[in-house]
This record gives sequence, structure tokens and C-alpha cells, in this order.
Amino acid sequence: MIKPIPFRLNGKRVSLTTDDGRMLLWALRSDLALTGTKFGCGEALCGACTVLLDGEAVRACSVPLKAVAGKQVTTIEGLAKNGRLHALQQAFLDHHAFQCGFCTPGMILSAYALLLKKPRPTRDQIRQHLEGNLCRCGSHVRILDAIEAVASRKGGAA
Amino acid sequence: MKRRDFLLATGTVGLVLWFPLEGSLQAQESERTAARPGYPKDFNAYLRIGPDGRVTCLVGKVELGQGAMTALAMLLAEELDVALERVDMVMGDTDLCPWDVGTFGSLSIWQFGPVLRGAAAEARAVLLQMAGERWSVSAERLQVKDGVISVIGDPKRQVSYGQLVQGRQIERHLEKVTVKPVSAFRLVGKSVARKDAQEKVTGRAKYAADTGLPGTLHACVLRPPIHGAKLQRVDTGAAERIPGVRIVREGDLLAALHERPDLATQARRVIKADFSHPEAGPDDTSIFDHLLKTAPPAQLVYEAGDLRAGARQATRTLEATYLNSYVAHAPIETHSAVAQFVDGKATVWASTQAPFIVRTEVARALGLPTQKVRVITPYVGGGFGGKSSGPQAVEAARLARAAGVPVQVVWDRAEEFFHDTFRPAAVVKLRAGLSASGRITFWDGQVVGAGEREAKPFYAIPHQRTTSAGSWQGGNPPGMHPFGIGPWRAPSANTNGFARESHIDALATLAGRDPLAFRLENLSDPRMTRVLNQVAERFRWAAKPAPSGRGVGLACAVYRGTYVAAMAEVAVDKATGQVQVKRVVMAQDMGVVVNPDGALQQMEGCITMGLGSALSEEVRFKGGDVLEKNFDTYGIPRFSWLPKIETILIDNPDVPAQGGGEPAITVMGALLANAIHDAIGVRLFQLPMTPERVKAALAHG
Ligand code: FES
Ligand code: FES
Repeated sequence: MIKPIPFRLNGKRVSLTTDDGRMLLWALRSDLALTGTKFGCGEALCGACTVLLDGEAVRACSVPLKAVAGKQVTTIEGLAKNGRLHALQQAFLDHHAFQCGFCTPGMILSAYALLLKKPRPTRDQIRQHLEGNLCRCGSHVRILDAIEAVASRKGGAA
Repeated sequence: MKRRDFLLATGTVGLVLWFPLEGSLQAQESERTAARPGYPKDFNAYLRIGPDGRVTCLVGKVELGQGAMTALAMLLAEELDVALERVDMVMGDTDLCPWDVGTFGSLSIWQFGPVLRGAAAEARAVLLQMAGERWSVSAERLQVKDGVISVIGDPKRQVSYGQLVQGRQIERHLEKVTVKPVSAFRLVGKSVARKDAQEKVTGRAKYAADTGLPGTLHACVLRPPIHGAKLQRVDTGAAERIPGVRIVREGDLLAALHERPDLATQARRVIKADFSHPEAGPDDTSIFDHLLKTAPPAQLVYEAGDLRAGARQATRTLEATYLNSYVAHAPIETHSAVAQFVDGKATVWASTQAPFIVRTEVARALGLPTQKVRVITPYVGGGFGGKSSGPQAVEAARLARAAGVPVQVVWDRAEEFFHDTFRPAAVVKLRAGLSASGRITFWDGQVVGAGEREAKPFYAIPHQRTTSAGSWQGGNPPGMHPFGIGPWRAPSANTNGFARESHIDALATLAGRDPLAFRLENLSDPRMTRVLNQVAERFRWAAKPAPSGRGVGLACAVYRGTYVAAMAEVAVDKATGQVQVKRVVMAQDMGVVVNPDGALQQMEGCITMGLGSALSEEVRFKGGDVLEKNFDTYGIPRFSWLPKIETILIDNPDVPAQGGGEPAITVMGALLANAIHDAIGVRLFQLPMTPERVKAALAHG
């Protein structure tokens, strides 16, 4: 059904008037021109489109806009504050936790959601949490290293 | 930190070892520099110096994740003596960059590296000459530091590259400029921050589908349900009733276009179409017989000695057939392109490994001269050989011209599987003999489907013959493969490596010898011996004939001048057939290492990707349909599969820099097959070694 869908995107109020059965991924990438969120599979099977919805990691390709109305959405574009990288972004950069970088926004946001809930996860918990995020380049070891480095820091990720 | 005396430890317990320089390198390098095969001679094609002293480096290579952006910038910065931070890379733009064959085959550093270094060295020499003339001093009395030339001992007399050039093109040229000796490197050989890092961690990195030209329509192309089917009747009525949809037909291409990608997809879904039903070809079980029946005549790859004499010297012979399935590239970024057609010129942003090939393809499809086509390559979200041409770019360009607006084509995952150019399924028959003392006396190899790269074994074997029929490079009779095939990370070599190293291991078992000792006894190449010994030391290999029940194995390979050896430990659950890889140790000698951390990343990537092709990845197909539609059935490696990975990089200044993106994957099939054999006492002859195949092998003993 076409109707206005108001929500908060990276802290700012937005409203889209469109079919509320459409998936969030396309609203972000096309209607709102935020292309940091990636398309990899379209069926919640790869994690490339991961964003935060009220603090939970969700697959934007499979979340209809009606489920977004009135909520908070965080994408990769909303992570750095005042030009300062978030600790996770810095850690991915320091550890070279990417190659082609296509899975990277989804990886960082999955990790971000985990750390919000559990600031000091073990390496195994990080692994389990990221099981649904695919990386074809094989950056897995460094991704774990990067997240673990942030998680083991004093005071956690915040 | 001096280049020679650091040990680089990464998060994955990486280690770099240095070995002494003996001087043969310089000659080899300058030979290749002089050649510049197919590349422009004028150094201005590769670099521009701005008035602010920043250097723009122009290359036809593209950044796929393999780190070429950083490694090539390092080579330029090294030769030109400027800081790495002052180099800006422009990659894969056919209007701006010098021609290039494409980014594959591990050629970026090995083949193109010397070209770029030669150009930068010549530019530096010209700049020195210009400065020298200014002050009437000879070039020998000048030095360069971070793009500033000064007179040695007279620091007041100094001029920057930017001041010297003043934004103009440098007209002067010099013959016979030599590149820096390895011993003078200050940057190459160090691990540096990747130049693409900032953009990639912030989501600002642009890939082809992120181009965002105003007014772009997204196109979903109508696809046949199976390979070979032809469109017979189509009804687009329902699709056209969706507001904003345009149906565009251009020759055999029919697509639903919409401003929003998801609405274009929706429109395509409601197009009613009838297709012809071509006769069903082979499926994934009958394919191997089919290949043997349809392959072209075998070509001789290598022959030495006399097989019959070798057979007479043998006390035991071993014959086996090795199989591998089709595998997909499955980059997370699917084929994507945006095309715009203005004033008779097409501009295409494409995810491709080969922008200049795509330019030709687009020009041909549109009937335009190549100067009327510009291909721009933003970041590419993984290639692995699967983006070696640009069918999606051709689709976008044709539709953009027909529609009169910019058009974007982004394949969905099912299209990506359906139209992929897979690694070919292959059959490798090997027969070899052993002398009483455990020497390989002969080797008779017949490769069908895979191609000839690394089909000839590198062991010291007096009598041998290898043939190859059919290849990923083409020359296959129509119908041999039921769909597209092409290069897949280390083409041919990943299949041939699996067969060779499995067979060598089986020979070691036949000889009752430890598989490492057996290899060392049958090798005469010191570089291979060295990588094997390095790995064994780190792994703490304890000699024992296989199967030992421990689940350990090894394999080694050469690919395009790079030497790799690896050892692994696996656990096999005999009830489920599930294999868990616990540890992989790998050593690689790739000559001079440009960016050690980048090289280690490639090794880790090969190990991880290789887990998939060895254990789970297989394209299933039936009646012309590719049954893999998404990642639910086509299982690529995940976090839970990860072994402990330890990598050792051997920096070998005696050999020019070789490619590092592919070689390591060629050991993975046999490495795991050998470790599985060591664990359960039976050998698997077919990749991937799925739980079902492991159980079946156990059942047959
Ligand atoms: S695109 Fe959403 S999970 Fe793959
Ligand atoms: S870095 Fe390429 S898919 Fe993860």
C-alpha cells in the first residue's frame, strides 16, 4: 500500500511515500541514494545488506518498509561521528579486514549490533554472530581479529 | 626500519623471511622493462605530476580486492621517490588509462610492475636532468627526497617536481634508464596501509551499481529458464500496468525498466513468456562421461624420455582418475553496469576485470568505433576470473541507447549463477611408476577439460608425457560444456594441482614412505625444497607414512613462478562425513615481495576460498537448468569453517616479483584430500569432498 513511512535514518528524520511492502534495501539505495548498504543475494542469505533496526542487525533486503515505520535505522554512513571513524571502522582499517570491501559495511554493522548487546564477546561468540555474513575474498580471520580487538578494549566498544 | 631486518607478524601469525640477493634479478627485470608488451612507450601515459606535487598514476588494472591499487602505487612511489600518500590512483578508465590486457592471471605485479617501474624511473631521470640544467650541475650531484630535488651538500638549491613541471606534460625522454636495485628499496617490501581502506570502511567506496547518474532506469532482463531456450511468445501487459515501468526490446534483449530496482524486478516477474525446450544435455552426474566423449583431440603438453623405458624400471605402478565439478566464482558483488549514451558516445561504468575487453565488446554490440566507447571501472566487489568480460555492460549499453536514458543492470544472484563462466568440470587420468628405491620412474597424464597449466609435474621424473584436451581458454567443441566456462582463480592449475598432489601422496603410500620425505627425494628444484622445509618446520611435521590416523597432510605447487607448500590437520566425523579443517600452515616464495601484508592477505584468501572448492562447492545442473540459485544451496565458506591459519612469506630477492593472488589456492584440493586420507585411510578422487562423498568412500573402503 502506498503511504507515508516516517522513520529515523542515522539520527535524522526522514519520510518516504511509497509502497510499504517494498524492502528497506531499495529504499536506502535508490530512493534515498545511500549506497553503502550492498545487495548480494536479495534473500537474507549473505549479510551484505545488514543495517541496524532499533539496535538489531537486520537484512535490509528482507525487511519491508512497513516494519521500519517509526523506527531507527543505522547504516554504514551513520557510523562515523563528526568525521571520526567508529572504533570498529578504525579496527577494520588497521587490520586490513577486507579485500574487495563489498561485504564490509554488512560485517561492520553486524559486529556493531553484537557489541551493543554484548560489549565483550568471546572470539567464538563473534564467529557465531557473523555466521550469516559471507565474505568471498576470505578476509574472515582479519575480520575476527578486528572485532576482537575492539571487544577486548577497556570499556568495550562504546 | 630497514627492509631486510624485520619480521612481520600479522594477526594470523604471519612471518616474513628474507634471503640474500645474488644479483641475477637486475638483468631479468630490465629485460621485461624493455619489452613493455603492448603497453605505450611514453611514460606520460602512466603518470602526471600536478603543480602541487601530487602524482596521478594511471593504470588499466583494476582494484578487485587484491590490493593492486596499493601495490602499484608503491612501485610508482618507490621509483619516483615520492611519498606513497602523494600518489593518486586512476584505474581502469579506458579514456584516461593506458591500454591493459586485464586484471587476471597474477600479472599485475609480475608483468605490468616492471612496465610501471620503468616509466617512473625514466620520469625521475628526466626530472633530475631538468633540475641539473637549471643549476648547471650533473645529475649525479643531485638527490631526491619525497619529490624534492636538491644538490647534495647544498640544500638551499632545491626544487620540487611540481615546481619543475608546472602542471605541463614532460616532453623529454631518455633511453636505457635502469630501475632501482632491490637493495635501494625504501618502500617496496614494507607493509603499508591500503589506499582503499578509508573508503571501504565508511561505505563511501563506489562500485558500479553505486554510480547514481540522475535519471537512471534500472533494467531487469527477461531470462530463459534453461540454457539454450529461445523466446517464442511474450505478454508484457501485466508488467506495463505497473506505474513507471517501461518495457524495452532491443533485438533479442527484452527488459523491464523502472526508476527503482525492486519495481523493475517486480515487473519482470509478471511478464508471461513461452520459451522453446531444447533437448536436455548432460547433468552433473553424467558430465564426466560426456566430457570424455566430446573433448577435442588431446594436445601434447610435455614429453621427456620414454614411457616404456620408465615402465620397465618400475616395480609398482599406480593408476587413478581424478574428477572435479564445475564451480562458480560467486563474488558477493554480482555483475553490474550503468551505461549512458550521449551524442553518439557510450560511457559504461562496469564491474569488470578487463575494461579494455569490455570496451571492445560494447563497441561491437553497438556498431561503434572503440573511441566512441568509454569504460570506467569503479571498485570491483570481487572477480576471481569471473568478471573477465562484460555481458552485463553490453546489456546496459544496448538498453541505454534504445531507451534514451542511462540504464543500470545489476544481475540478481540467480542470474549470476546462471550466466557465470564456471571453472570447467574436468577428468584427469594419471599413471605413474615407482622404482624399488622409491623413485618415480615415469608419469603419464591425460587432462580433459581443465587445460594445461601446471599439468606437467615439477618432480624430477626421467620418463614422462602429459596431454591435455579442451581448456577453459576455449577451443572446445560446441556442446562439450552445457553452459559458459572460463578462468577461475588459478585456472587449470587448481584442477591439475589436486590430481598431481593426490597422486604423489598415493605413490608415497605405495612406497611406504612419509609423504614429505617422498616428495623431497623426488624433487630437484631448490625453491620447492625450501618452501616444503619451511612449512614442515613451522607445522612440526613428524614423519610417518600415510595413513597414520592423525589427519595430517601436505601439498605443494608452482604457479606462474610462485612456489607454495602447505600442511593441514583435519578431523573427519565418520558418521556424518563432515570434515573440519583445524589448522593450515602455508609458505610461499613469490620472489621480491612488494607489499608483504597484501601478499599474506591473498594467501589467507586462497586458503579460505579453497575450503569451499575442496569441500562443498559444486554447481548442480539438470536439463539445461543451473540448480544453484542462491547461497542457500551453493555453500561458500563461512566463519565456522575457519581453521587456524599460519602463513610464511619467503622474500626471495633473487627472483623478480611474481603474482600472489592465485598460486596458494592450487594446493587446497589435494592438501585436504591427503589429510582426509591420512585420517580415515581412504582416498577421495573427486572434488568437492562433500560429507556424502566422504561417507560413500568410507562405505567402499
Ligand atoms: S542482500 Fe540481503 S542478505 Fe544478501
Ligand atoms: S572483502 Fe570481498 S567479499 Fe568480503
